[in-house]
Amino acid sequence: MEIIKPLSQYLAVMVLSPLLLGVINRVKAFFAGRRGHPTLQLYFDLYKLFSKTPVYSRTTTWVFRAGPVIGVSAMVTVLAVLPFAGRPSFLSFEGDFIFIIYLLGLARFATVLAALDTGSAFEGMGASREMQFAVFAEPAFFLGLAALARVTGQTSLAGMFGALTGDTWRVAAPVLVLLTASFFIVLLAENSRVPADDPATHLELTMIHEVMALDHSGPDLAYILYGASLKLWVFGSLIGCMVLPRHSGSWASDCALFLLVMFVVAAAVGVVESSMARLRLIKVPYMLITAFAFSALALIFQMGR
Amino acid sequence: MLLVLLSFVILLFSALLALCLGRNPDRAQDAGAYGAAAASVAGLIPSVHTLISGNTWSLSLPWPVPLGSFTLTLDPLAAFFLVPLFILTGLAAVYGVDYLRHYSGRKPLGLAWAAFNVLTASMALVFTAGNAVLFILGWELMAASSFLLVLFEHEKAQVRRAAFIYITAGGTGALCLLAAFSLLGSGSAVLDFGSFSVSPGGVASAVFLLALCGFGLKAGSIPFHVWLPEAHPAAPSHVSAVMSGIMIKTGVYGIIRVLGFLTPWQEWWGWTLLFIGAASSLLGALFSLAQHELKRVLAYSSIENVGIILLALGLGVIGVVSRAYPLAGLAFAGALLHVLNHSLFKGLLFMGAGSVLQGAGTAELDALGGLSKRMPGTATLFFAGSAAACALPPFNGFAGEFLIYIGAFRSVNASGAPALAGVIAGLSLACAGALAAAAFTRAGGTAFLGEPRTGRAAGAHEPGPLMLFSMRALALLCLLAGLASPFLLLPAARAVGSGFGPASGYAAAQTAAVPLIYISAGGLLLLAIIAMAAAKRRAFLGGKKPAVGATWDCGYAAPTPRMQYGASSFAQPLTDFFQPVLRKIGQYPVISEYFPGRASFSTEAQAVFYNSFYYPVAARIRDLAYRFSWIQHGRLQIYIMYIVVTLMGLLIWKL
Amino acid sequence: MHTFAELIIVLIILLDLALAVTGSLSSCIRLVALQGVVAGLLPLLAGAPHPRALLFAAVIVTLKGAVFPWLLMRARDQSGARKDVEPLISYPASIALCIGAFIASSWMGSRLPLPETQVAWIVPASLATIFTGFLLITTRSKAITQVLGYLVIENGIYIFGLALFVEQPMMVELAILLDVFVAVFVMGIAIFHISREFDHIDTAELSELSDWRRAGDAK
Repeated sequence: MEIIKPLSQYLAVMVLSPLLLGVINRVKAFFAGRRGHPTLQLYFDLYKLFSKTPVYSRTTTWVFRAGPVIGVSAMVTVLAVLPFAGRPSFLSFEGDFIFIIYLLGLARFATVLAALDTGSAFEGMGASREMQFAVFAEPAFFLGLAALARVTGQTSLAGMFGALTGDTWRVAAPVLVLLTASFFIVLLAENSRVPADDPATHLELTMIHEVMALDHSGPDLAYILYGASLKLWVFGSLIGCMVLPRHSGSWASDCALFLLVMFVVAAAVGVVESSMARLRLIKVPYMLITAFAFSALALIFQMGR
Repeated sequence: MLLVLLSFVILLFSALLALCLGRNPDRAQDAGAYGAAAASVAGLIPSVHTLISGNTWSLSLPWPVPLGSFTLTLDPLAAFFLVPLFILTGLAAVYGVDYLRHYSGRKPLGLAWAAFNVLTASMALVFTAGNAVLFILGWELMAASSFLLVLFEHEKAQVRRAAFIYITAGGTGALCLLAAFSLLGSGSAVLDFGSFSVSPGGVASAVFLLALCGFGLKAGSIPFHVWLPEAHPAAPSHVSAVMSGIMIKTGVYGIIRVLGFLTPWQEWWGWTLLFIGAASSLLGALFSLAQHELKRVLAYSSIENVGIILLALGLGVIGVVSRAYPLAGLAFAGALLHVLNHSLFKGLLFMGAGSVLQGAGTAELDALGGLSKRMPGTATLFFAGSAAACALPPFNGFAGEFLIYIGAFRSVNASGAPALAGVIAGLSLACAGALAAAAFTRAGGTAFLGEPRTGRAAGAHEPGPLMLFSMRALALLCLLAGLASPFLLLPAARAVGSGFGPASGYAAAQTAAVPLIYISAGGLLLLAIIAMAAAKRRAFLGGKKPAVGATWDCGYAAPTPRMQYGASSFAQPLTDFFQPVLRKIGQYPVISEYFPGRASFSTEAQAVFYNSFYYPVAARIRDLAYRFSWIQHGRLQIYIMYIVVTLMGLLIWKL
Repeated sequence: MHTFAELIIVLIILLDLALAVTGSLSSCIRLVALQGVVAGLLPLLAGAPHPRALLFAAVIVTLKGAVFPWLLMRARDQSGARKDVEPLISYPASIALCIGAFIASSWMGSRLPLPETQVAWIVPASLATIFTGFLLITTRSKAITQVLGYLVIENGIYIFGLALFVEQPMMVELAILLDVFVAVFVMGIAIFHISREFDHIDTAELSELSDWRRAGDAK
């Protein structure tokens, strides 16, 4: 019967993750004084796209078609490793976050190659920027995880978040605050949210993630959108596990609380998007370097303790 | 053991045969390639057997050379390097048959094959030699035969320059090694590895530094790397594959062997290795991002990977010195696993670059594009190799790096020196990984995807069947080695144990099999999900025929291939950011009129170390040498007089 | 309570980072003021504050939080200079220097023979703050940022004093504060005069006053 819990967690993430984007959009609409589209809009979009016939460019090859498939598959595999509410998923092992980082890298690799396969200058531009930001985001993320490993004395994600309790927050609050800030910045950059990228822009020259999907259509685009929502969930749940030290209560209440926190994280992203302007492209690395500085400070704090 | 000897005999005999059959290129090719392939099979059997059984085999033959003895030792450490050697050289030989056919009649193929087989034999000798004199013999043979191969296209000035730098570096390295070995064996009559012993202290440190210079030169670690990005691209591609895949690992092997002689270690050795490794991995990845030629991209990526290996060795040494054995074992095992993995995927990638070179006639990234339509097999295999090189699961590059990461993370939770070393190691790995991913998406994307940028790329064609076969085999091995990494851990740990002894924590490293099993399970899961997602996509399409159109270029109706993002533009945000390190030089057009005419723009990545350190030093030495040119008259009589005078002087000195 | 004091320390270090990278002159002034206020409140967290300590804290907070910023803002407005700090080095370099300074100061803090402090990181934080002050002085071209740099150094010295002289930090601090007060006054006047003479407050131009000339300039 032990398989039931991870399985239901897994399915819950698969089903619920598109909701996060809905929440973000609702928050943005609220701040802009608009009614906004329905919270379930992404579900409708996915349904529509899955039944559409795609259009392919003459230039493209199998790489273009494989990109979305590999991208979404990597994300679904990440979910099998990602803890839910601080509880282990199917696969939980020493160094599992390294596996996650490299699976995210695989998704990026496939997406970027698919974008380059179109031969479009705009998509090449997006691909180039995506790789550039990854160079700054990955060290920040890695260093943050190292600090977290040091705080909790654990080397697996479920172990780290399982060992994170209210007491840890009382003892190491400064470090954990810094780490949460750093992870949040990485979340914004990795998921192409404002201020790193504007998902709502209509100017191809300034897009990063959206521009790489310009030529995708039909089920391929649906895969990309779904993969993006899963990616948002992955980063959001890291923050959710950080700020929600595990309670000893029942599994059901833990999960419910965790879902609530996830929507709060999404709302926070929405607030940031509503209150900030998009940074100039040249400044985005600076933002990620700031995240790196936060992680580094946290690690130095923790190591000198 | 006899089989190893047999493979030596086959290699040398086929080399001789190929040389004799030089008049008839086809038969010379056959002789060389069959010989290399047969020797590979013969050599693989005992190597694999040694790794599985964990036994050490030894063979001594009479050899009347002062200080020398013909001692061959096949222990797990040697076997762990022999396995990739024989796999790679065997497949490279198969690849070479189709690759060199192109040059038939224009080039002495017999000589090329003879050099290739001698190169293979000499590398095997380096790995199995149990005596310093024998080792140096193998080492010099390796340098000489690869020098010949680098000079294969000697009509090009660039190739001659590369070969010259290469032979200079090789000579310097050998000089350091001679000094190191004579210090090591100063007490014994025969320079057998078994009889080496050094008192810890200054001499041991001197040996370490000399070995680091000598072997570091061969391994291509920064700052000793200058020859590598010149020589590897100059050689024929199957030779580049062997050079990058396994020949530079002889340097790694040497460092491990010498460290084995020098126990107890000192902590600063570990830090030196760690910093050289970190610098090599970061700068190697960064420089590879700025290169414009496919083979140079790959050559710099080799520097990066050697850096990762050295970094792990440094972490391990620090771990052993601070008695943190489990993490040391992990780091060492990770280093060795990466040796194996790198030789597989780098061999594949260089062969892919060779196919491009042959199919399109050039490997300049900005002249390529759209090759995945014209050579789909090569493109697919190259992307598989790139994924492995970026350490992406489920391919093999991930396993070794993963072990190093776990070692780093375990040491982050320790205290003192290992914690700091772990942070530095992990951070360098993460940065280098992200840069390598950028470098490989750039190289693969520019060369194979989009529209062809020149006519040559448009007319490219798939290479011969043997070349594809070799690449397929290597790609399959990359995938298998990635999925079967738990099974490779035990041999790697055994090799560590035979190199460093029981105090290296190699036993503890085997506990890492558990996460590796999870990694393999995750890799299989990933493949299954990909298959499911692909099947689902097909189901969604449901037999509907996708519409075909032009690429959406934001409404612009007449895009040309030249408007695509090229190699320079893709890397520009990063190369600009790292300009203080890269110091690329460029020619930028100045636009002053309203209707500017034709303008050109170019950037070039400098060889920073060569230009700002080695070249000035070499120039200084050359100037100094010119001052003594009056000694050189070119007259035989005077030279003989020099000899007589020297002999007389020595005689008088000794009297 | 110590966690709270540690949070304050983290805040001070983050303010150091922010100072090292901020581009606008007015936010730079505000950050320095904020840092002074935060540092001034720090001793009040240590336990039941003495009435005299309360008084000193009030003086310090008023000076650093209100008087200095007001003076500096006035100098900025009157000089008519551009409103950015004109750094001589890039953002990543500043951040790297700042992090490096923090690593170095945590190493030094562990080496210095100091009495045990109750709050972790107070010594490294003070050293890092002093270094940030030097960074502002050396890598920014405007005279006003140099004054700001001195103020940051003063903040650092104050925090250092808190760590060292648990008994009587106020006396030392007051003496330094007096010096700095005079210095800010003098600098304020100087900036005003420099800007009136030269129409800008770029200190690089002051080298014009020197007797030394490069060979090429002599023509």
